[in-house]
Amino acid sequence: MKLSREEVLHIARLARLGLTDEDVDRFREQLSNILENFEILRQVDTTDVPPTAQSVTLQSVMRDDEVAPSLPPEDILANAPRREGDCFRVRAVLE
Amino acid sequence: MPDSLTRLTIHEACELLKSRQLSSVELTRAYLERIHRVDPRIQAFVTVTDELALQQAEDADRLLAHDGVSPLAGIPVLIKDVICTKGVRTTCSSRILENLVPPYDAAVVEKLKACNAVIIGKANMDEFAMGSSTENSAFFPTRNPWDLSRVPGGSSGGSAAGVASGETVYALGSDTGGSIRQPAGFCSVTGLKPTYGRVSRYGLVAFASSLDQIGPLTHDVTDCALVMNAIAGYDRRDSTSVPQAVTDYTQCLNADLKGIRIGIPREYFVEGMQAEVATAIKTAIGQLEELGAEVDWEVSLPHTPYALAVYYIIAPSEASANLARYDGVKYGFSYQAPTMWESLEKTRQFGFGAEVKRRIMLGTYALSAGYYDAYYLKAQKVRTLIRREFDGAFEKYDALVTPTSPTVPFKIGEKVDDPLQMYLSDVCTLPINIAGLPAISIPAGFADGLPIGMQIIGKPFGEETILKVAHAYEQSTDWHKRRPNI
Repeated sequence: MKLSREEVLHIARLARLGLTDEDVDRFREQLSNILENFEILRQVDTTDVPPTAQSVTLQSVMRDDEVAPSLPPEDILANAPRREGDCFRVRAVLE
Repeated sequence: MPDSLTRLTIHEACELLKSRQLSSVELTRAYLERIHRVDPRIQAFVTVTDELALQQAEDADRLLAHDGVSPLAGIPVLIKDVICTKGVRTTCSSRILENLVPPYDAAVVEKLKACNAVIIGKANMDEFAMGSSTENSAFFPTRNPWDLSRVPGGSSGGSAAGVASGETVYALGSDTGGSIRQPAGFCSVTGLKPTYGRVSRYGLVAFASSLDQIGPLTHDVTDCALVMNAIAGYDRRDSTSVPQAVTDYTQCLNADLKGIRIGIPREYFVEGMQAEVATAIKTAIGQLEELGAEVDWEVSLPHTPYALAVYYIIAPSEASANLARYDGVKYGFSYQAPTMWESLEKTRQFGFGAEVKRRIMLGTYALSAGYYDAYYLKAQKVRTLIRREFDGAFEKYDALVTPTSPTVPFKIGEKVDDPLQMYLSDVCTLPINIAGLPAISIPAGFADGLPIGMQIIGKPFGEETILKVAHAYEQSTDWHKRRPNI
């Protein structure tokens, strides 16, 4: 099953990954190939089989909503690519 | 003198340190000297932490003068660069995190520091733990110390190579589809992936949250047990951490396999597997019989062939979600374009390597509207079947034994252009992560000087049993004492 260029571009857009034209062609080829190998799963009868999300039987692991100290702001901002005061500076989200 | 100091196991080094025949500073200096001498050829290290290591060694020496110190005190450890170390660059071997300095330690690092371990450096890996050869590192490939033209395996290739080459006494790696066990097998060291939930993932940079686990890579099984004692345990900061008590894993190492029932699932002797590897593993299993185990050679786990597809849908799907955070806003590589969307897209375009992009796209597709049921949901259902099959097997057997890989280490560059070929090198290890089981790889021989690993799989929280079986085999052979000519 071969992915179309449009499908590849759509997936890239969903994942916010920039791609060159060569990338699109190369990934189209490779992804189609890989996805073809997944068709094997159609052979498996999974009627009435529940999905497994994770292998432990823990459920709804929560903590109490208690206020506690977090990391110091300076530590969190230390790796900021662009910083203004105590904020991370980004391009405008809305024009 | 320096060379024999860098061939020590944890338990040997511990003896020398506690009896004060050796200081941690002397030991650490010997390893640092060796790293600077051999790593240009191996490239196991992304960062060497000379100053930190010597500081920790001095601290350890002060404490070693007293009793009650951890067996890991004063002993160098190499940490895979996917694990956060406070104040020390943590890159995941990716350009997108090339200069990231975490503001906190991972839970396992906190535990090792509490033991007065000496952190000697951060290990090279496949970018974001995606790969089976360490060739996907954005920086450089690591070479197999047994043959520098070959891969050390992946994604914990730096960790495995570092132990094998005597650049560290032991290492921590992470395993999502085989990334501790396969490189351990390729480098002739011992590598254990704990039961899912046994070791805290707090501070482990997430790849696939339902599959990832941190584990030790060591020279022998005793060392492996010692490290597990230190790193295993409940952590409330990891919501998938299981509140199960940690027993002393060294207590089960007593060489007697009488009454131990071992099953050999035939599906793991895959078509096209290297003949010498199959022979070596069968010989090793024969040895387990000699040691008293009851071996059933005719076990079948019929859903095994589906594990590859299940893994390569689930892992990339989870990865696509986990890697969405790399946007150039709070940390890491940040491309400055005129608009927000372009900045985001180009940050990820230039920050991520090809394999990472491939997997993000696979995962995005499998989770997208219209495809979720056919791919992700289907894979999760088959996952249930795979797990049930193992549960059934563990009602009859205490452990399952298989090869770790179908082949010996392949040449650098051999599989890099064919992603599917690369994925196939993990067929023996993937099902174990899908089912969340513990498994260990130990040296089981060589073919033309290239390492062969044997995998022992246990039931959930069955680390004692697999360590016991591994130890008994190890003690009846000399494989674990061999060192490469480096």
